[in-house]
Amino acid sequence: MQIPTVAELYAKGEKPELLYWVGCAASFDQRAQRTARALATIFTRAGIRFAILAQEESCTGDPARRAGNEFLFQMMALKNIQTLNQYGIQTIVTSCPHCFNTLKNEYPALGGQYEVWHHTQYLYRLVREGRISLKPATAEALQSVTYHDSCYLGRGNGIYDAPRDILQALQMKIVEMAHHRSRGMCCGAGGAQMWKEEEKGQTRVNIARTQEALATGSRTIAAACPFCNTMLYDGLKHAGKEEEVQVKDIAELVAEHLASDPTVGG
Amino acid sequence: MLIAQIVFIALLVIAITLFSRQVRKIRRNILLGRDEQISGNRWKRWKNVLLLAFGQKKMFRNWIPAILHLFVYLGFIIINLEILEIILDGILGTHRLFLPYIKPVYPAFISAFEVLAVLVILACSIFLIRRNILHVRRFENPEMTCWPRRDANNILIFEIILMLLFLTMNASDQALQMKHYGHYYPTGSFLITHPIAQHLQQISPGLLVGLERGSWWLHIAGVLFFLNYLPYSKHFHILLAFPNTYYASLEPKSQMPLMADIVPEVRSMMGLEADDSQSAPASPPVHFGARDVFDLSWRHLLAAYSCTECGRCTAACPANQTGKKLSPRKIMMDTRDRLEEIGRNIDMHGSFVDDGKSLLNYISEEELRACTTCQACVEECPVSISPLAIILELRRYLVMEASSTPQEWNAMFTSIENNGAPWTFPPDERGQWASRLA
Repeated sequence: MQIPTVAELYAKGEKPELLYWVGCAASFDQRAQRTARALATIFTRAGIRFAILAQEESCTGDPARRAGNEFLFQMMALKNIQTLNQYGIQTIVTSCPHCFNTLKNEYPALGGQYEVWHHTQYLYRLVREGRISLKPATAEALQSVTYHDSCYLGRGNGIYDAPRDILQALQMKIVEMAHHRSRGMCCGAGGAQMWKEEEKGQTRVNIARTQEALATGSRTIAAACPFCNTMLYDGLKHAGKEEEVQVKDIAELVAEHLASDPTVGG
Repeated sequence: MLIAQIVFIALLVIAITLFSRQVRKIRRNILLGRDEQISGNRWKRWKNVLLLAFGQKKMFRNWIPAILHLFVYLGFIIINLEILEIILDGILGTHRLFLPYIKPVYPAFISAFEVLAVLVILACSIFLIRRNILHVRRFENPEMTCWPRRDANNILIFEIILMLLFLTMNASDQALQMKHYGHYYPTGSFLITHPIAQHLQQISPGLLVGLERGSWWLHIAGVLFFLNYLPYSKHFHILLAFPNTYYASLEPKSQMPLMADIVPEVRSMMGLEADDSQSAPASPPVHFGARDVFDLSWRHLLAAYSCTECGRCTAACPANQTGKKLSPRKIMMDTRDRLEEIGRNIDMHGSFVDDGKSLLNYISEEELRACTTCQACVEECPVSISPLAIILELRRYLVMEASSTPQEWNAMFTSIENNGAPWTFPPDERGQWASRLA
């Protein structure tokens, strides 16, 4: 499987059906790379002509903006918009809720208008339209799972159902945490917290949140954001549970359950 | 009778004059904020007013206080009809002015008010118990001492007293009717006070008249006093909840507003041509982000006056839950306190004289740094206040103007600027995950 870059297609006079906006986390973080590979596998299986920007992609500016650096945000935004517009990109799928929010909600004010999907929305569409088919339920799939709502998907953009619908399509039993959907608790990474120590407190946000997840008794914690993924994994390590319980992105779970039938979806 | 009317009218005029003077001050304070145009979507805005302010929709995220609050809210709205009669009686020197016009339904109306009065007393008593005996956690934060605590108790006790006076007035009135005394014409029996009135029969008519008139005067004087207490209290939310839900942001909660002022500068810095769609700012911003209340939008200041310190935001805040200093409610209280301070400064000097302070004397960097921008506070607020919006504006000031940034964030900024990623990975390694796919 070879993932083309937008530039390569452009050189051949072609345009991708969709741009996969990878984001910094999935580009560089080893755990989040698994999500990117899972998505690439799924897109390929569904026969979607997608491409990435590779080195032409830059940070959307989200962490700089939330920390207060609007100058840097606008610089990044204008640069990215220039790249996207130059290639005539129309449809973007991203696996990062922070990139999703910025591309979808914040770039239009600076001249960047795209149809932006979070990968959970897009994957659910593929499932619904039968463009990917899933393996019949295995014992593993029938296990219970708990889903951690990302703030930037849930409260930020009202995306609560798509990730849950996918888990249901995987025939997994969802056990909700004490705080879920619009009351979901943050993983602690948003607002540029990912790049600094937390302020003084009794405990860390990710540790408190992981306790809630562990209280469900589920062996799998499903996430839909690379930062939530990292924070929850760190929480599991802190609780000494990283062997028993796993954190996985929804895309990874889908990729694991793809039917091997090569004819499906072309 | 005439003297009573003159006293009443004088009382009414004084109360309304004082109230409107105070309201004008609050309006002036709110307009100290940055100008911001609210564009379009009137239908959506009215829908928010109907659902959130009139309909109490968000209150029902939390059932028990929602029902109790509903009693007090309905009591407040409906009892104002009764207040109308009381005021007209006071001005005209009449007694139960509306009775002859709506005689068949009059007792039903008053009975409904009485039932609501009892529910208000019940609700306020439970609220007092929750705050002072059960110590519900969200009323126990460090910002909830002294005045905020006393203010809440004052309001609850005051509402109970007003309702008790209303019931006493009706009970003694009913007792006098049973005795066919003076001008106390029969009205038909009121649901709550009629049974009580039967027990009051042995009291002398003179004393009953004293009781009836006494509670009538105390009730209306109490209402007028309460009216003038509002602008000094968090209870002002009963008025401002309505405009606040109208003017609240309609954008997705995770969307930060663009600082349009600096776009031309950034574009020219990057060697981009001027974009005609981004018209040049009329005047450069006084500050990058917000240092003081003047730099916030008038909408944020309206929100500060609309906050009733219920603390649902703080209870949902992940930073607060894990013991950090940040409390979104305190952000709103501090904004209002600073604004009030500036208001007093203007009252004293005619215009604002620099006092060497800013909103950052009230809100510490530690609080601002603890926010994860998770929007739980915005989600929870029953009247659509966004403490997050204020936090983000203050952060902008800290980073862009005060250059007060944690070292780790500076490193992150540098990395984004140089590598296009918040971590120090070179851009040409961005696609490597894909090449390792096969």
